[in-house]
Amino acid sequence: MRGLSFDIAHMLAGSLVLVSFLQLYQDRLSALINVFAMHALVLALSVAWQAFVQEAPHLYITAVIALVFKAIVIPVALRRIIVRLGIHREIEAVVGVGLAMLVGIGLVALSMVVMLRVTAEADPLAREDLAFALSVVLLGLLVMVTRRNAVGQVIGFMSLENGLVLAATGAKGMPLVVEISVAFSVLIAFIVIGIFLFRIRERFDTVDMQAMDRFRGEQR
Amino acid sequence: MKFDALIGVLLIPALSACLLAALPGYRLTSRFNVLAALATFVTAVSLFVVEPKSGPYLLVDDLNKVFIVLTTFVAFTTSAFSASYIGHEIEIGRLKLSYVRFYHAMYQVLMFAMNLALVANNIGLMWVAIEIATLTTVLMVGIYRTHEALEAAWKYFILGSVGIALALFGTILVYMAARPVIGEGLDAMVWTVLVTQAAKFDPALLNVAFVFLLLGYGTKVGLAPLHAWLPDAHAEGPTPISAVLSGLLLNVALYALLRFKMILALNPAALAPGPLMVTAGLLSCVFAAFMLYRRRDIKRMFAYSSIEHMGIIVFAFGMGGPLANFAGLLHMTMHSLTKSAIFFAVGHIAQIKGTQKIADMGGLTVTHPLLGWGLVLGVVAIAGLPPLGIFMSEFLVVSSTFSRAPWLAMILVFGILVALGALFLRLNTIAFGEPRGSTAPAEASYVPMFAHLAIVFMAGIYLPPPLVAGFQNVARLLG
Repeated sequence: MRGLSFDIAHMLAGSLVLVSFLQLYQDRLSALINVFAMHALVLALSVAWQAFVQEAPHLYITAVIALVFKAIVIPVALRRIIVRLGIHREIEAVVGVGLAMLVGIGLVALSMVVMLRVTAEADPLAREDLAFALSVVLLGLLVMVTRRNAVGQVIGFMSLENGLVLAATGAKGMPLVVEISVAFSVLIAFIVIGIFLFRIRERFDTVDMQAMDRFRGEQR
Repeated sequence: MKFDALIGVLLIPALSACLLAALPGYRLTSRFNVLAALATFVTAVSLFVVEPKSGPYLLVDDLNKVFIVLTTFVAFTTSAFSASYIGHEIEIGRLKLSYVRFYHAMYQVLMFAMNLALVANNIGLMWVAIEIATLTTVLMVGIYRTHEALEAAWKYFILGSVGIALALFGTILVYMAARPVIGEGLDAMVWTVLVTQAAKFDPALLNVAFVFLLLGYGTKVGLAPLHAWLPDAHAEGPTPISAVLSGLLLNVALYALLRFKMILALNPAALAPGPLMVTAGLLSCVFAAFMLYRRRDIKRMFAYSSIEHMGIIVFAFGMGGPLANFAGLLHMTMHSLTKSAIFFAVGHIAQIKGTQKIADMGGLTVTHPLLGWGLVLGVVAIAGLPPLGIFMSEFLVVSSTFSRAPWLAMILVFGILVALGALFLRLNTIAFGEPRGSTAPAEASYVPMFAHLAIVFMAGIYLPPPLVAGFQNVARLLG
């Protein structure tokens, strides 16, 4: 199994972890969105490579979903939202960069120790994929914890979910992967709509358009 | 595909959801909602008469029959309560007529998702169903579109999504463990196949998988410290949804957990799932019991009481063995019935008083005797006083634990007593003393509430032998 195909899969999964680290220290929302688009792009490549190696054509669908939906549509939508809400220049970091990076390194070490020890008998490709996937999941959680802003939290959640897709595609022959990735896309679409309503609510105290009209007319 | 009751419990809610999404108005649609829920319940009961064949996607066995019947029954009574509750909300203009169509459609989608999660034989399908159920409840919690409601929905959304994501990771790990034994493809995710081969799975992978599943589905069960979404979601959504959340959705997540526990229990080399569940259950029970004291909002208080009881149930299933499982199953049933009855009462009380603050309620037994005494009876039941059903199930949990681990039983009893104190402290303010707040006459539907309470009362005195036999059978299945 060791060979070029293994090395490429390894490299792509490793880059996904690396991009997760990049997310940790982005203090501007627009930069964070860019990094997330890159994250989704790397995921799409990784899934496509798995589809090729495992000769599983249905995984190409998952790869295309990752590419079109997560690398293009969602970042564009999020960018428009933050520009319209005027928060695209906002700087926010709840914990320091150094601390976040140290915790991140700790989490990656933890997932390597857990997964590599546990999956000693599985085939190496799936095994390392799983270890990387758990790292991406935990780093996604860390991004969610270190952000206060709803957009930042959602990006953390989406990168967490990218880790899950990586795990699911790494598990050779797993059924329902495509269905699950579609279900997740629906979930994310909901979340993005949710943020939009939520942020508007923060500005105007309501999402009801009629009530917003009323606010404009009267003193509060 | 031949039509049978198994397809029926899925198809009826799904079709009704489409229909309700299209029908305008509220009088007709709320009745139709009740009718659809009743039809689903009748279909579910018929599962006991003719058992349909299980396939690779759907399954019926003794375990999920109990859950399905309980779910559809409470869903039916809640829909009857919801009809009068929503009518009042429209009258006072809290809920717009245009949202009612959405509300009813979502109610049926939720029924569909919960039934699907219960009959799913495929662990991936089960996950998808629980995700749909989460999404629909998020939408319903936020339906009032107030600041607090959206905040609660958002919190529920984020925490629920993280929980669900972790559960998916656990599901993938279970597949990874099964693959070398069963082979690639669909079979390695089919629960009935997994159970037959579980002894040969890699124990280490299963252990890690169960930790993720416990964290993931445990978030949905509302186990401390992953419970943060639960009180907000209960307090800010419409009360029928609080009743369904507490009475049903928590059970569905617990059911998913139990299925995986059964896989783990069959593998001798894997870690015993019991101690983990016992710890999580005890922690939730004691923690929630103390949290009950500081509550000012009536719905929030009963939400914490739900966390406490889910803790007791998870504890009982964690202890395992025929007697503790039986007690856990009985407690789950009693809790679902009692808690939804309490929420029916609370919903009407909050409507009369126009607030959910406990301080603004008082003397209900004088001003609204039926509602007031209904609430008193419900709280007496939920606190675990004899001779009601919850006393019986709590007594069984505690006594079965005493013979095996007396210290654990002591902690559990302590939690139950602390909670009892808090509940009676607040009940005293709400039900007795000087009447406070509005005393407008109630336009309540008492039937669902008293029907539940009557069942709980009956169960405390006499359990019909077929029911006992059925529960004992399921308890043996659970191992």
